[in-house]
Amino acid sequence: MSVSPYLQAPEHPPKQPRVALFITCLVDAMRPSVAFATIKLLEAAGCQVSVPELQTCCGQPAYNSGAKLDTQKIARQNLKKFADYDFVVGPSGSCIGMLHQYPDLFAPGSTDHQQAENLARKAWEATSFLTDVMQFQMPTTQQSIKVTYHDSCAGLRELGVQQQPRQLLAQVAGLEINEMAEADTCCGFGGTFCIKFPDISNRMVSNKAENAEQSGAQMLLGGDLGCLMNMAGKLKRQESTLQTRHVLELLADMLEEPAIGEAPGTPLRAPDTQLGYEV
Amino acid sequence: MQINSPQFKDNARIALADANLQKALGNLKAGFPGKRAAAVSRLPEFEQLRDQAQDIKNHAIENLDFYLETFESKVQENGGHVHWASSNDDACQTILDICRSVGARTVTKGKSMVTEEIGLNEFLQQHSIEPIETDLGEYILQLRNDHPSHIIAPAIHLNLPDVSEVFAEKHGTPRKDDPEALMQEARDVLRDHFVAADVGITGANFYVPETGSTIIVTNEGNGDLTQTLPKVHIVVTSIEKCAPTLEDLSLFLRLLARSATGQECTVYNTLSSGPRQPGDQDGPEQFHVVLVDNGRSDMVGDDLQDMLRCIRCSACMNHCPVYSQIGGHAYGWVYPGPMGSVLTPKMIGIHDAGHLPNASTFCGKCESVCPVRIPLPKLMRHWRETQHQQQTSPATGRIAIAGWAWLARHPRLYHWGSSIAVKAMHLLGHKKGRLSSLPIGRGWTLWRDLPAPQSASFQQQWANKKHKSKGTPS
Repeated sequence: MSVSPYLQAPEHPPKQPRVALFITCLVDAMRPSVAFATIKLLEAAGCQVSVPELQTCCGQPAYNSGAKLDTQKIARQNLKKFADYDFVVGPSGSCIGMLHQYPDLFAPGSTDHQQAENLARKAWEATSFLTDVMQFQMPTTQQSIKVTYHDSCAGLRELGVQQQPRQLLAQVAGLEINEMAEADTCCGFGGTFCIKFPDISNRMVSNKAENAEQSGAQMLLGGDLGCLMNMAGKLKRQESTLQTRHVLELLADMLEEPAIGEAPGTPLRAPDTQLGYEV
Repeated sequence: MQINSPQFKDNARIALADANLQKALGNLKAGFPGKRAAAVSRLPEFEQLRDQAQDIKNHAIENLDFYLETFESKVQENGGHVHWASSNDDACQTILDICRSVGARTVTKGKSMVTEEIGLNEFLQQHSIEPIETDLGEYILQLRNDHPSHIIAPAIHLNLPDVSEVFAEKHGTPRKDDPEALMQEARDVLRDHFVAADVGITGANFYVPETGSTIIVTNEGNGDLTQTLPKVHIVVTSIEKCAPTLEDLSLFLRLLARSATGQECTVYNTLSSGPRQPGDQDGPEQFHVVLVDNGRSDMVGDDLQDMLRCIRCSACMNHCPVYSQIGGHAYGWVYPGPMGSVLTPKMIGIHDAGHLPNASTFCGKCESVCPVRIPLPKLMRHWRETQHQQQTSPATGRIAIAGWAWLARHPRLYHWGSSIAVKAMHLLGHKKGRLSSLPIGRGWTLWRDLPAPQSASFQQQWANKKHKSKGTPS
């Protein structure tokens, strides 16, 4: 996967752009707090945020399962829904990466293809949009916390998201990033992969959990809910006290909801906790 | 080679539980990716070289007929012979005929994945000709009656004790545990074979139409002895391995070594341009090139054409998070890892290789390191689409995806359904924050918990919020 040719940030940040939130199906169903955090940050950056109604999904599960016709139908629905905004921004590199693949679904020269190219040109992953397009400076916030960051594959390799979340995190006073080993190696989620090949997926997520633990961080952050649920699900199955959250929740200072897979009221663990379990 | 790809899932499970294999794979993970990264960082123009290589390969494939015919006439001018083999059987038979024409009893072999693809060793043995592998890794495998699990490091699945054991057993020598001593022992044994061989068979990393040459790159020098000592040298290669000119070749060699092993240059780069000429001090009396098609010409002009750029560097598998957990044998045929998941369905049929293009998270690391920028995930998706169209993927998955895709296009029903599921999961899981078992999706809960959803869906909460703010008198 090469970085999308449709990513071109304007030289100057746009003034009060009309931004449609692409919620993503997982955030909508499993973790609405991520969508609220995205809206909060976009508004802080001066955007006029709308939430187009009756959103479902980007179509990636169908696309990666070989169901191209179904994917085209879902894509057309989204092309229509998101046509009238300056930008379309979502809290996921994977789903926004899928929007960047819409042009591949249609014959070059067709109206669908043209519309798909238009959508791809204005579709941005949230941390990348905040930094690359809006040149957003974080409001003064304070969090005494050690975090580690997992680079989700699609965001990293399809949209070039790597420095952007770290750049934003670096503006949080008191926050320390402990980079883990193999931060850019897949966590083993892979959409339906984790259901089709559970044993291989388990080994991959076990490696990831071990690397995250060994970083000495108190919180594991990432930009894609699928990967985060996979990693949190593994950590919790192992009774780990390492918390997992979407990076935007921390950046928006919205940590009231329990961390992913966490019981309400679970405190943040002490820095440099050593669990010493075997993977 | 026996096809074991339909058992991919079982193979993978066994591989994950095999402590020795896991130890060996740890060496791979610790070695190749780091060495490649270091080599790339020392060559600032690496990315431009990748672009150039991609262009040259595309040009060569688009003009393959011209280059193949040019290559044939150049080889003939140089005094050599070109043989066209459309299938594995054709290739094996052609090689056997050449061997028989000189009464060959033993042949030495340099490392060649194409000869694995066509099943040459088994074929020659069935016809009373003894092939001797001379690449150290391949030699070890041959003694063990084993097959390569990696295209450039064939015995990467083995550890030192495996080698000590098989050498002691097959050579009848005292067991040695020092790698240096083992290597010396292999050299001693192989020297006699090099001298005795009637025919030497090598592969070719590239053929060069400009000069009618073929080239092999090795780190052991075994290929040179294989091809210069016997009377007959047979090169077995496939039709897409074209580097139009020597200038192009030098570009590919720079990329190949760095992408494969992280070397600036492979130790031995040996060009062969025909048989011994008058005045030459050594070299074979006969020079034959067997050009294998085996389905490749079908790929020209179809959705898989990009795959014909492959220069067999192994970077895709070295960086693949799936390959590095399970090794190459799990894939069940000659070519493992991402490049194999594209090629194998073409060569043995999608029916037998169905799991392979699905055994990828599409993380994209393979494409990001491919020296000729092959869009490997896209090509794996091509096979998934083929399976979907032919309805050969598992029915449960297909029906689930179709049902879900239908819902995704009927947003009101989708939200009605998802709000019920969200409510149910929230009720069951919100105290602990997670669910440990589910009526469906056992693949998930077998190894991990499912984080519970936060109360109602975002869109429901958003609608309520908007409704409230509208209802509030200003």
